[in-house]
Amino acid sequence: MSMNSMAAPGLGHSLDISGTTPTPFARLVRVEVRKAYDTRSGLWLLISTAALTAVVMVIQLAVGATQEDVSLTYNSFLTSTNFSIAILLPVIGILLLTSEWSQRTAMVSFSLEPRRPHVILAKLTVGVLLAVAAVVIALVLAALCNVIYGVVSSDPVVWNLEAARLGGFLLLQLIGMLTGFAFAALLLNSPAAIVFYMVYTFVLPGLFGIGAALMDWFDSVRPWIDFNFAQGPLVDATMTPEDWAHFAVSGFIWLVLPLAIGVWRVLRAEVK
Amino acid sequence: MTAATLDLGDARPIPFHRLVSVELRKSYDTRAGFWLLMVIGLLVVAAEAIVLIVTVVQDEPLSYGDTTAVAAFVTSVLLPVLGIMVVTSEWSQRTAMVTFALEPRRPHVIAAKAMVGLLLTLATIVVALVVGLVTVLLYAALQGESPVWHFGWTGFTAFLVTQTFAMLGGFALATLLLNTPAAIVVFFVYRWVLPGLLALGTALIGWFGSLAPWIDFQSAQGELYDFPLTGEQWAQLFVSGVIWLVVPLLIGIWRVLRAEVK
Amino acid sequence: MIQVEGLTRKYGSFTAVDDVSFVCQPGRVTGFLGPNGAGKTTTMRVMVGLTPPTAGRVTIGGHLYKDIPNPGRHVGVLLDASAQHAGRTGREILEIGARTMGLPATRVDEMIELVSLTPQEAKRRLRNYSLGMKQRLGIAHALLGDPSVLILDEPANGLDPAGIRWMRGLLKGYAERGGTVLLSSHLLHEVEQIADEMILIGNGRIVAQGDKKSLLAGADGGKASTLVTALDNTALADALTAKGFTVASAGEGLRVEVEPVEVGRTALEASVVLTDLRAAEGGLEDLFLELTAETQREHTA
Repeated sequence: MSMNSMAAPGLGHSLDISGTTPTPFARLVRVEVRKAYDTRSGLWLLISTAALTAVVMVIQLAVGATQEDVSLTYNSFLTSTNFSIAILLPVIGILLLTSEWSQRTAMVSFSLEPRRPHVILAKLTVGVLLAVAAVVIALVLAALCNVIYGVVSSDPVVWNLEAARLGGFLLLQLIGMLTGFAFAALLLNSPAAIVFYMVYTFVLPGLFGIGAALMDWFDSVRPWIDFNFAQGPLVDATMTPEDWAHFAVSGFIWLVLPLAIGVWRVLRAEVK
Repeated sequence: MTAATLDLGDARPIPFHRLVSVELRKSYDTRAGFWLLMVIGLLVVAAEAIVLIVTVVQDEPLSYGDTTAVAAFVTSVLLPVLGIMVVTSEWSQRTAMVTFALEPRRPHVIAAKAMVGLLLTLATIVVALVVGLVTVLLYAALQGESPVWHFGWTGFTAFLVTQTFAMLGGFALATLLLNTPAAIVVFFVYRWVLPGLLALGTALIGWFGSLAPWIDFQSAQGELYDFPLTGEQWAQLFVSGVIWLVVPLLIGIWRVLRAEVK
Repeated sequence: MIQVEGLTRKYGSFTAVDDVSFVCQPGRVTGFLGPNGAGKTTTMRVMVGLTPPTAGRVTIGGHLYKDIPNPGRHVGVLLDASAQHAGRTGREILEIGARTMGLPATRVDEMIELVSLTPQEAKRRLRNYSLGMKQRLGIAHALLGDPSVLILDEPANGLDPAGIRWMRGLLKGYAERGGTVLLSSHLLHEVEQIADEMILIGNGRIVAQGDKKSLLAGADGGKASTLVTALDNTALADALTAKGFTVASAGEGLRVEVEPVEVGRTALEASVVLTDLRAAEGGLEDLFLELTAETQREHTA
């Protein structure tokens, strides 16, 4: 065996990194934004979300315009996003993270930026930006629908969006996005995270409801452990201090805890 | 000796039951499939435990029908996901290339996969019956009573049918979309969100109330729990079933049959 | 340069990499050679921080990979050409890499041209790429940041003969300009033609390392062998045997366990016309098989 290769290092054997600046966070965010829409599936998910939002509102507008006994306000147009943004935004949040695993691009992402917390934070930032964008789109579409409603309907146009409601609306969408992101980090698998999220949103509240109806003690525990339930007053902008306490505790269980465990998992995962 | 033509004299086509047994195995031999089944099993046990504790503590009655219904409900939520993944995982994992190379008669493969979905549905029903039995016996032992064997056969049959439709609904959406996340999202919306939306429409719009029963597959199935059905209810079940099951399934299968497999 | 020190990676009771140490020098191409599952990929994954080591460490130019700011500008990595989003176009994949590293978009065009992907091919989605095209794209991605160190796992996989020759030229030129290249392969001939230095690994352990000459010298104790063909093989064989050399027939000619110069001299003395005379290259392959014999799946006797 030759030991020539073990000869003392000479010139050029060490890497001069003094001239290189670390990848700035803003650049990571820009790249992650691009990754959210540069594939056909990603682009279609974003388009579908916007389109579904519009479709649901237009259906609502049609119903309001044709039915005498239905009167709509700006706020009721916004509430219809429960059937569009609220369903798909968390899925966007999930796929932001899990697609790196299913498509195995995490290998490239983490070799170009080994500081994994930066990458995760950049993705989280993209999630927040997308949620804000969704809220803006919803506000604009709702305004359009409300104006049209004023023209075609005999009902008066009501612009009822107080700061508290707007804040609550934004917070709800952010929570939806972040919950999806947290479940994704926890499970690192698209189908599992989506199923988990869907069961959590659509199936679990019903079960909690049954439990609360059957047992008095569970009825009093429920607000503390049912995050969906705790968000109810947020929709109506009627949050009391106790509601905020419920919100914080149940949010810790369903949002903070999975996110913390998930991020810890991503940071130490072997990326295959 | 080199022959210009392949001698197919002894070769027999792959029998359908073999395709089914292979597809059945593929549904649980990966970590994803295995854990999905494990999670279903664990959730069933957890749900039964909760029900058992609550009924014993509250001194509520508990019959065999009740315990079976609990297990059946839990499986009904997640089982269609397995039905979806039986189809879509061939695309996401690109195993369709192998599957269709070994059996180019694609309709046979699809039929075998659908059969696996039905078998899994049957299996979970059996599991629900057994777990329900154990729970009701435990309940009787804890309460010191003899077990209540009340069992609603109408409800059970209706559950069997709705569960099969749920599985096939997932299967149809999967063949239509050939994409796991999309199929799961659409399935959950179809199963859990749409009924609420249609009910809302019925409440708000007069004329929609008379249209809704013909397009609402879920409530049409719900009528099965109040057997027997009227002629109109059968017709509604059929029409809504065509819309939500037959049409997506046909388009989906047509798509799979002529798709370039990559 | 890359310095691997006492690297071990265990998965439960299975040891994928077992106390591996070696150095890759700048200006040289280092070949990382071993049969399937020998631990090559795991070692390379540890190098770039994708797999945490159980023990030991790897430094690149004196730094841990995770401590290198914007590492794409210093270290080019290609671990698995298929580990890219199937729905992105080739150009988009490079574009994302370039943006992450903070490079101008023109760099993407340069790289596409360098690896001979046509603009039409670059616009196609990765799921429609052949293995060879993915490999070219992966090499382009590794070279994007103009790094001084290259870590390539099986880069020749799926390339056509012209592509392999192109890559050989590319990497040799890269090393001549002072770059450090580590490439892995399970094909001896591939590595032999390009690597200045070879690391042979089997069962997670390094079984031999050094340049080709010293490996051969170390292996058969300096024994060389020659392949020779003459117009009169019998006369030559007699003459060689008379001198005490071991002669065996090989193909159309003979295999003699001595250096070519001795065979030539014998032929001259015996006045036999030679039609072919060369050093037998089989030594390295035998060595490779012998050293990794325990880890081979097929037991070549």
